[in-house]
Amino acid sequence: MSTPSIHVGTAEAVQYVLRIGDACLILAQRLGEWSGHAPILEEDIAMSNLALDLVGQARALLTHAAALDGQGQDEDQLAFLREEREYLNPVLVELPRGDFAFAQLRNAAVAGWLLLLWQRLEHSKDAEIAAIAAKAVKEAAYHRRHAADWVVRLGDGTPESTARMQAALTQLWPYFNELFDADEVDAAAAATGLGPSWAELRAPWTAFMSELLAEAGLPEPAPSRFQSQGRRGVHSEHMGHLLTTLQYLQRAYPGGVW
Amino acid sequence: MYTQALSIGPQNASTPAEDGALEAAFDARILEGEFIEPKDWMPAHYRKTLVRQISQHAHSEIVGMLPEGNWISRAPTLKRKAILLAKVQDEAGHGLYLYSAAETLGTSRDQMLDALHTGKAKYSSIFNYPTLSWADVGVIGWLVDGAAIMNQVPLCRCSYAPYARAMIRVCREESFHQRQGYESLLTMMKQGTGAQRAMVQDAVNRWWWPSLMMFGPEDKDSPNSEQSIRWGIKRITNDQLRQKFVDACVPQAELLGVTLPDPDLKWNAEREAHDFGRIDWDEFWRVINGDGPCNRERLAARVKAWDDGAWVREAALAYARKQALKEQAA
Amino acid sequence: MSDATNTSNDTGNDTSKDTSKEWPLWEVFVRSKAGLDHKHCGSLHAADATMALQLAREVYTRRQEGVSLWVVPSSAITASDPGDKPMLFDPMADKIYRHPTFYVLPKAVDHM
Repeated sequence: MSTPSIHVGTAEAVQYVLRIGDACLILAQRLGEWSGHAPILEEDIAMSNLALDLVGQARALLTHAAALDGQGQDEDQLAFLREEREYLNPVLVELPRGDFAFAQLRNAAVAGWLLLLWQRLEHSKDAEIAAIAAKAVKEAAYHRRHAADWVVRLGDGTPESTARMQAALTQLWPYFNELFDADEVDAAAAATGLGPSWAELRAPWTAFMSELLAEAGLPEPAPSRFQSQGRRGVHSEHMGHLLTTLQYLQRAYPGGVW
Repeated sequence: MYTQALSIGPQNASTPAEDGALEAAFDARILEGEFIEPKDWMPAHYRKTLVRQISQHAHSEIVGMLPEGNWISRAPTLKRKAILLAKVQDEAGHGLYLYSAAETLGTSRDQMLDALHTGKAKYSSIFNYPTLSWADVGVIGWLVDGAAIMNQVPLCRCSYAPYARAMIRVCREESFHQRQGYESLLTMMKQGTGAQRAMVQDAVNRWWWPSLMMFGPEDKDSPNSEQSIRWGIKRITNDQLRQKFVDACVPQAELLGVTLPDPDLKWNAEREAHDFGRIDWDEFWRVINGDGPCNRERLAARVKAWDDGAWVREAALAYARKQALKEQAA
Repeated sequence: MSDATNTSNDTGNDTSKDTSKEWPLWEVFVRSKAGLDHKHCGSLHAADATMALQLAREVYTRRQEGVSLWVVPSSAITASDPGDKPMLFDPMADKIYRHPTFYVLPKAVDHM
């Protein structure tokens, strides 16, 4: 016997909030894997802090998405009992944790993106979203600084670290596109004042990333035509394995109270 | 408990006359209850013992991250995931405070890690057991952290001040660890399903005896305890702590509704303490000496993390040096 | 990893360790929300000052202990020699006139 899946409604506002919440949730899941395995103790602690901040943001957003959805569900049901096609995170965050260069580059890119998003969401017409953003914007500012410092250090460290950072950039670059995708969900959010269309974030994010790569001495890759579709629930092959792990206890212990 | 297999080694038999006077003065300071600071004179033996004990304590914290870290990705709720992440993170922090305390004695973080990675240094044997269910996480909080707290509180008055200071910081953070574990078990036992209750009892069955072993060999088999006590490094004996632990756990187990797996466990009105069964010392020595369920995996994981991280640490230093040169040139 | 050959002098200090691969040690000082002074709270390893500050934040302020952080390379700290304690600090012991409690004043003005 196993716990059946729950389903979330397809209202645009719910989808918009879930996309961000799931991004935080799934990235936190990947970052938690670093616990006990970081290159130095101090960074182990730092990585966990980042994961904790993201878990906090995910909890707030998932709780709010459930409230907007109006089925009386809670953050845990949403986090642990959806089917894969209903998770709406960009594919970027579900990729395996990689080496330390990959991790920090992804952290810098996502933190840079989230910072821009949170800054705009502070002005959301949804009071709860604005409140969540007011807190999260401080966290994202720190995350971006810490990760960006590492990108520079590793980009301009030793030949090995430069090579690894270069490889990470090549691997991640195509997945960044999805962070600036826009569809009817974004249009609705912009129209209602819930939040910005993700397309709005491309220009400022590109400016941030260009400056970062220049400081790190890394050539900017050519634009990619790759389009991942995690936002629409179409994930990479990594997502299934991630969810198997994430969902295991909730599925295996129906009715469990934790 | 961080010195379950500590061998201090032979003490230098011939000490020069002046050292004799210094040592007498040192012993007097200890008797007075004074704290020893890093730059104070201390017997070489005291220094060596402390480096071993503090570093093994630090190693225990770091290796201790692994059994519980094993369940972060499978935590059953977001709240539990956050709690576990924070708890494991605290263990890293504790290791760090302790490595820092040990470094004041003239060793370095890298040297201590090398001793751990090459198998020369030990760590608490409890972390060589596997975490096989979510309930193990709660039981570790209740029993293993409970035992650690019992050992750590007296260490806050250890004669070596940097160790005492580190322990004060650790103790402040540690009670959260035990409480979150116990609370998790209480929730499963009182509000959970039959399957969850069975999971908890199974975890208790597997972790009870290893927890008792955390306190080390019986006093009669611990020859070094006396010297450690005289130096103010150790304040209470293994058997005394173990008894205290058992007596504390019995009512806690009762409240949870779990059975401690010891048919000989019973209240002795005369001693005003609980009698308990015989520990399997064969298992204890087997695990300490490298043949426990997870010894090899635990060490391999730590060695891998360190080796995999070498290029990162090198790169950070290279970058820092480059920047320093740039600043000088400017 | 540092060299395997460790030679110790009488005080147990290693005299031949290869420190070229180690991140330097930093001492951390935190001023708490309610406090007026930075207090020493411990040390950590970091490759440079920027990292040291960030790591100090991660390691030593997780429970909202601080509003301000100082990090100092451990090698920059000069400590007084405990052997000099009598010379440096005992003379202060008999100059009790420096302490406010030395002066007995009428109750009406004792709040000074």
